[in-house]
Amino acid sequence: MENSAKTGLQWPDAIYAQFRRVGVRQVGYVPDAGHSRLIELCTRDPDIHDVVLTTEQEGVGLVAGAALGGQRAALLMQSSGVGNCINMFSLLRSCGFPCLILVTMRGEFAEFNPWQVPMGSITEASLKLCGFQTYRAEEPGDVDGMVGGGCDMAFSCDLQVAILLSQRLIGCKQWTK
Amino acid sequence: MLDRRAFVQELLADRKDLLVVSGLGCPTYDTAACGDHPLNFYLWGAMGGAAMIGLGLALAQPARRVLVLTGDGEALMGLGSLATIGVKQPGNLAIVVLDNQHYGETGMQPSHTRAGIDLVAAAKACRFANALHISEIGAVDRVRDLVQTGRGPILVQARISSDATPRVLPTRDGHAVKLRFMEALAKSCG
Repeated sequence: MENSAKTGLQWPDAIYAQFRRVGVRQVGYVPDAGHSRLIELCTRDPDIHDVVLTTEQEGVGLVAGAALGGQRAALLMQSSGVGNCINMFSLLRSCGFPCLILVTMRGEFAEFNPWQVPMGSITEASLKLCGFQTYRAEEPGDVDGMVGGGCDMAFSCDLQVAILLSQRLIGCKQWTK
Repeated sequence: MLDRRAFVQELLADRKDLLVVSGLGCPTYDTAACGDHPLNFYLWGAMGGAAMIGLGLALAQPARRVLVLTGDGEALMGLGSLATIGVKQPGNLAIVVLDNQHYGETGMQPSHTRAGIDLVAAAKACRFANALHISEIGAVDRVRDLVQTGRGPILVQARISSDATPRVLPTRDGHAVKLRFMEALAKSCG
C-alpha cells in the first residue's frame, strides 16, 4: 500500500525517532494504512502508551489529559479525522494545551475515491481556522526536520501544530491487485 | 433519588490526593460548590471529552486516582470513549455520571437515559472492572471507596433528582485552571 519501499526512505522511522527525542509518552490514533508503520513502532515501544480511538476527537481529550498529568502526547490521523475533531479542538485553545498531529492526506494527488475529496481539500484550512500551525511534507526528506521543528514548537511553546503528510509522499491506496 | 449537591459533597469529602475532571454544566458547578481545589480541572466546553481527558491523565499519573465527574448528556456524547477506555483498562480511573436524565443547561430536554439507555450496561460491555447504578445516599461511602481504592476502570451511574440547584461558577479561564492544576500536581508528587 505504501510506496516508501520505492524511495528507500522510511519516513515513519524519522517521525518515531523525533517522538523518542522529545519524549512523547502517549500516542492516540485511529487505524490508518498511511500511519501503519509508525503505529507499529509506537505499539512496540514499552515507554509509549498507544491508545487506539473509536473517533479522532477522543484523541483531543487524551492529549489534554496527558498534558495535565505531565506527559507529552501526539495524535495520528487521516485528513478525514480532522473534521471529526473541530469542536473538541477548542479545548486546546481555551487552555493552551500543546498538541502535535500527524495527518496523512487523502483526497488529493491521484485519489481514487471521490468521497475523500470534500474533507481532504479543506483539511489544512480547517486546521488553520482552529488555531493550528500547519506544515506540509511533500517529500520523504522533508519529514524529519518538519516533525522535529513541529515537536519543539508544540511542546516548548504550548502550541497546536499539525504536519500534513501529502498523498504523494504516502503513496495512493491501491485498489486493484 | 439523590440530591446532586449532597451526593457530590459526600463523594469528595476526604478526597485525599484525588484528581478531578468535571464535565461542563452542572457537574462543574457541583464540583465547585464543594469548595475550590487546585486539583480540580473544570470543563466549560469540550462536550463528550471528559472521560478521555480522564484517560490521558490516568495514564500519565498511574500512581494517582482520577475521577471524572460528569453528566448523562456529556457521557452520552462520548459513548465511544468507554470502548477506548475498556481497551486500555486504566486501573486508576473512575467515571461518575450524575444522571438526571435531562439536558439541564439547555432547558431540561430528556436525554437518552430517560428512555432507558443504560450506561452501566454499556460500561460492562466495554470491559469496565466495576460498573454500578446507585440512587440512594446510603451508597455514597461505597462509591467513595470504589473511586479511591477500587479496581478501574469504574463507572457509576448515579440517579440524581432533576431539581434545579443554584449555580456555583468557578473561573472560566482555562489557562489558569490548567496551570494551577499542573503546579499542584507537581508539588504533590514531591
